[in-house]
Amino acid sequence: MIEIEVFGKKDTRSGFGEGLLELGRNNPDVLALCADLTGSLKMDAFQKEFPERFFQVGIAEANMISIAAGMTIGGKIPFTGTFANFSTGRVYDQIRQSVAYSNKNVKIAASHAGLTLGEDGATHQILEDIGMMKMLPNMTVIVPADFNQTKQATIACAAHEGPVYLRFGRPSVPIFVKPDAKFIIGKADTIIEGTDVTIIACGHLVWKSIEAAQELEKQGISAEVINMHTIKPLDEQAVLQSVAKTKCVVTAEEHMYNGGLGDSIAQLLARTNPLPQEYVAVNDTFGESGTPDDLMKKYHIDTPDVVAAALKVISRK
Amino acid sequence: MENSELKRIASQVRRDIVRMVAAVSSGHPGGSLGCADFFTLMYFEVLKQDPKKFDMNGKNEDLFFLSNGHISPVWYSVLARSGYFPVAELSTFRKISSRLQGHPSPAKGLEGIRMASGSLGQGLSNAIGAAQVKRLNVDDALVYTLHGDGELQEGQIWEAAMYAAAHKVDNLIATIDYNGRQIDGDVDDVITLGNLKEKWQAFGWYVLEMNGHDFDDMRKTLAEAKAKTGHGKPIVILMTTEMGQGVDYMMGTHKWHGSAPNAEQLESALNQLEETLGDY
Repeated sequence: MIEIEVFGKKDTRSGFGEGLLELGRNNPDVLALCADLTGSLKMDAFQKEFPERFFQVGIAEANMISIAAGMTIGGKIPFTGTFANFSTGRVYDQIRQSVAYSNKNVKIAASHAGLTLGEDGATHQILEDIGMMKMLPNMTVIVPADFNQTKQATIACAAHEGPVYLRFGRPSVPIFVKPDAKFIIGKADTIIEGTDVTIIACGHLVWKSIEAAQELEKQGISAEVINMHTIKPLDEQAVLQSVAKTKCVVTAEEHMYNGGLGDSIAQLLARTNPLPQEYVAVNDTFGESGTPDDLMKKYHIDTPDVVAAALKVISRK
Repeated sequence: MENSELKRIASQVRRDIVRMVAAVSSGHPGGSLGCADFFTLMYFEVLKQDPKKFDMNGKNEDLFFLSNGHISPVWYSVLARSGYFPVAELSTFRKISSRLQGHPSPAKGLEGIRMASGSLGQGLSNAIGAAQVKRLNVDDALVYTLHGDGELQEGQIWEAAMYAAAHKVDNLIATIDYNGRQIDGDVDDVITLGNLKEKWQAFGWYVLEMNGHDFDDMRKTLAEAKAKTGHGKPIVILMTTEMGQGVDYMMGTHKWHGSAPNAEQLESALNQLEETLGDY
């Protein structure tokens, strides 16, 4: 019986807020900028404790990204904060020119990613951001799975020299990463070992994949679950070692089919060891208003979808 | 520096510009020529910098950001002529594997360049970030920028203008190359800027004006701008220039904004520009 220790439930954005506060206390070079969403991003504790290192930009995300790039000149480590949609699509050119191409030490902290932003609807539910960010040279892309991991990932971002896109979300989700687990950028976590199918997930889909593995176990199927918290650089070794054993893979993410984690894995397998793969992702459609749970059901990125994908991919072996 | 010496340098800079763009049949000579006097004064007299000790952080040095990156030829020429990198490297402009990209970038480690520019409207924001960090670092040096007037059509410029006033970024001196021309024609015909002086004033900036081809006027105005730093407001200088200045057939038109002279036109241009420091 697969047992996973759970340490309560919290939103991943609060993990970012706590990580940022801790960074503020330990690293005087860490700065924070926000575009009028301080509460939503959980940056208020940092703002209160370090007002001289917090910069309210107002509703001007392009300006925020370019200011952050300028702030690296002089040795600072700026974190920008807004929703994932306004952190990427709205400011792609600013990120491209002055963060990625100029290779500046900017950390783009993006909350409310994906469908689970919920009731605000499709204008705010970005499902393309992982693709946009991973296509940029020099950019590291991190999608942590729970509160504890988001906190540790935030801290790890500051120690990493170079541009980082850190993606997290709004809803409260189970915490299963140990609070003291060190976050290593580019080093995947194998949460459950198995032999019949490899499930590779990121963000909120990691917990769904754990639930799926528990369900599959009841059906006599042994699933390996990998938390691929770093999309770029991809931990290729972890993937290849796992599929050498299982010979098939399911990828699960709160993102479009196009351009996400699934595509990174497919590209790796195509180059090295082509094997059956099934995607659990949003299939080329915008989201809509609804509760996070209803949305995940309707758009087929829920636990039963991971189970179904696993059964299907095993049948294709 | 004596004005006569500045003029000699600017003449060589103008030769470099037309030779660089002619060699690759591409680039933006018009705005480059128009800003040659400004760049010469900045890099040979105004900026507090040590070309031999360039590093990305530029602590305790004045920083310069070129927001309208397409006039890279004038910047490259002045950087090389003032000692940032070898003058001979100007011959690699826009060629494969060069550090002198069509639009400036720090990606290949070219000394003097701290930020990529080319996609317009972003340099003011970059400079604001650098200026705020200078304050945090208790660094009294200043941050300068240059922008095209057509570039002011980009919305981000005005986001940055609003922010700089709200945050009292008063160690920043922005300059606008007010030549009234852009690629498609006269700025007034493309999208008029209206009363530019009043616009900046309304955004909460000190506004100064100068003639970008008069060294005395520029020296005086830049000193006045410097004196206004530290008084709670950002400073902008509207610098009147003539696009194509120094090459008769390139003046009075927008046509040389983004096109290079052919061999015959190059010869005509070089005949008008004295070789003073030796061609690269």
